[in-house]
Amino acid sequence: MAGGRKKFVVGSFSDEKVLFPAVKNVRKAGYKIHDVYTPFPIHGLDHALGIRETSIHTAGFIYGTLGTATALGFISWIFTKSWPLNIGGKPHFALPAWIPITFELTVLFSAIGMTLTFCYLCTLAPFVKKHHFSLRATDDKFVMAIECTPNTSEAELQGFLNSAGAEDINIQEAETGWWIGRYDTEQKLYRDEVGF
Amino acid sequence: MSLLKYESQIREPLVDGDKDYHQITEDIIGPIETNPSRLWYIGFTISVALLIFGVYSVYRDVAYGIGQWNLNKTIGWGWDITNFVWWIGIGHAGTLISAILLLFRQGWRTGVNRAAEAMTIFAVICAGQFPIWHMGRVWMAPFIFPYPNTRGPLWVNFNSPLLWDVFAVSTYFTVSLLFWYSGLIPDLATVRDRAKTKFRKLFYGVVAFGWTGSTKHWQRHESLSLVLAGLSTPLVLSVHTIVSFDFATSVIPGWHTTIFPPYFVAGAIFSGFAMVQTLLIIVRKVMNLQDYITIGHIEAMNKVIVLTGSIVGCAYLTELFVAWYGQNPYEWYAFKENRVNINSPYGWSYWLMMFCNVASPQVFWSQKLRRNVTFTFFMSIIVNIGMWYERFVIIVTSIYRDYLPSSWSTYYSPSIWELGFYLGTFGLFFTCFFIFAKFFPIIAVAEIKAILKTSGENYKAKMTQMEKEDAEKFYIEEVEHAH
Repeated sequence: MAGGRKKFVVGSFSDEKVLFPAVKNVRKAGYKIHDVYTPFPIHGLDHALGIRETSIHTAGFIYGTLGTATALGFISWIFTKSWPLNIGGKPHFALPAWIPITFELTVLFSAIGMTLTFCYLCTLAPFVKKHHFSLRATDDKFVMAIECTPNTSEAELQGFLNSAGAEDINIQEAETGWWIGRYDTEQKLYRDEVGF
Repeated sequence: MSLLKYESQIREPLVDGDKDYHQITEDIIGPIETNPSRLWYIGFTISVALLIFGVYSVYRDVAYGIGQWNLNKTIGWGWDITNFVWWIGIGHAGTLISAILLLFRQGWRTGVNRAAEAMTIFAVICAGQFPIWHMGRVWMAPFIFPYPNTRGPLWVNFNSPLLWDVFAVSTYFTVSLLFWYSGLIPDLATVRDRAKTKFRKLFYGVVAFGWTGSTKHWQRHESLSLVLAGLSTPLVLSVHTIVSFDFATSVIPGWHTTIFPPYFVAGAIFSGFAMVQTLLIIVRKVMNLQDYITIGHIEAMNKVIVLTGSIVGCAYLTELFVAWYGQNPYEWYAFKENRVNINSPYGWSYWLMMFCNVASPQVFWSQKLRRNVTFTFFMSIIVNIGMWYERFVIIVTSIYRDYLPSSWSTYYSPSIWELGFYLGTFGLFFTCFFIFAKFFPIIAVAEIKAILKTSGENYKAKMTQMEKEDAEKFYIEEVEHAH
């Protein structure tokens, strides 16, 4: 997923009240917001950015059923085929006694699977280095990065951001590639979303 | 979240003082970046000393066998299993706070959840030591897991509650660890981005996993937390239920009761909250976090203590009633003579348990006492002692008198190495906790920021007006529209 270098115009906001209208106006004006980096989850910002709902919980459900199947399959194979143990003459296929382990494995598979999927999708791992547009994005600022296309006038965009309430506006160049993630393709354009 | 959710003015603020986002970072991350206080060094030294004593006791267990413990013919489960159940129970409060209170949308969990989750993990590590070293021949430990082998293949018994316990406790540990660490990642990134020294840049750079705070990542993070909370909730109930099955599925009078699962779960939460109180009352004082762990938080936890304490008390009385009503002479004897009779060898432990767990928490019906920090600290110790005795009573008083009077055991008291092992787990627990408090954000920074504008003292003051004017307008015009 190698790519060249891309230019971004970066602005910081310190209040959600200013950020939300700014997001809307920037998108309305036809600019492509690469991402907004925030120190904590802001509910509704994903929708404001036109990002689709995550389906990580569906993955969790699939991993869970995999865990259920593994536990039931493995235990019944062991107790009926591999090593049928006579426990006081009770049935070999003793389903009620297997419920606890089946439940535990369901939870275990789902939790591990979901967490790994989360790390994979967000490219989170030890020793991963990413481009940080602003160090204060993990402290107290909401940092908006707007991607520049060949047609973008940087000066105009900076002025626009300034009028939208952004502070500390600057231009940064960053390597494109795996760190960008794939959601830039899944983010709808504003005109598609409102339908004009 | 911040502007989109409003909180009633009647509720007291969860964050005291005049705070903004940056101030929260300073207050919570600040102590990580300075040298620890003298109190920290003293506490850490004592913990490590206890840990070393514990390691030596365990070394002797392996070298000489568990014969060095004072276990005897009928008391095959003594202090070690008591300690196992006690530690596991303590862990449960962490999951309750982080998972169940998340599902119930309780804002006050944000101040205490990180420390409580850490407590869960360390408590489960301590608990795990007891069954492992109780095996005596500890190199046989891997045989508790089912894996293809050359012994037949010979498999473990999947119908046995002891094996269920292996799965329950190891799953519980893994899921708690994932939940805790996934919550820590954004906060570790905050520490990383503030780091000045080379060591901190490297260390937090590695442990923060390259977190950037991207909107999409937060969206997935929220979803992950919610589903993990949903998974942990039945999990935590199942773990102590299964621990209680270790007893309840046997035919020992005093153990063979159907009330055990809910009784154990309530007891676990009860003791866990007491331990959270013990830890957090020290932490808020030593690390100066009174603005984040407020009297309101302490009061909320005391309410849980009085509730679960009453459930536990109700369970004790039900158990006693059923022993009498059930007309099983052996069971009634176990309750009447081994427990209730104060002149029997262990009668004192039953009444100590009754006093600590049933009578004493009732004082928390008084709001004045619920909001008294010193008194709460004292009570949390009482409850911890009481809950330890609950497990001791269940285990020892049920088995020291067998069906066969000739094998009734003489008085059981622990040897110095049994005691050493127990103290050693305290050392392990507090050593881990001190290291955690020094190097990791002990309060969930991002979560506190998310509730600041609804529950911060300074923001709450302006709330009524905001609700009427701009926030509502903002919500209707900007946010709902964007959905």
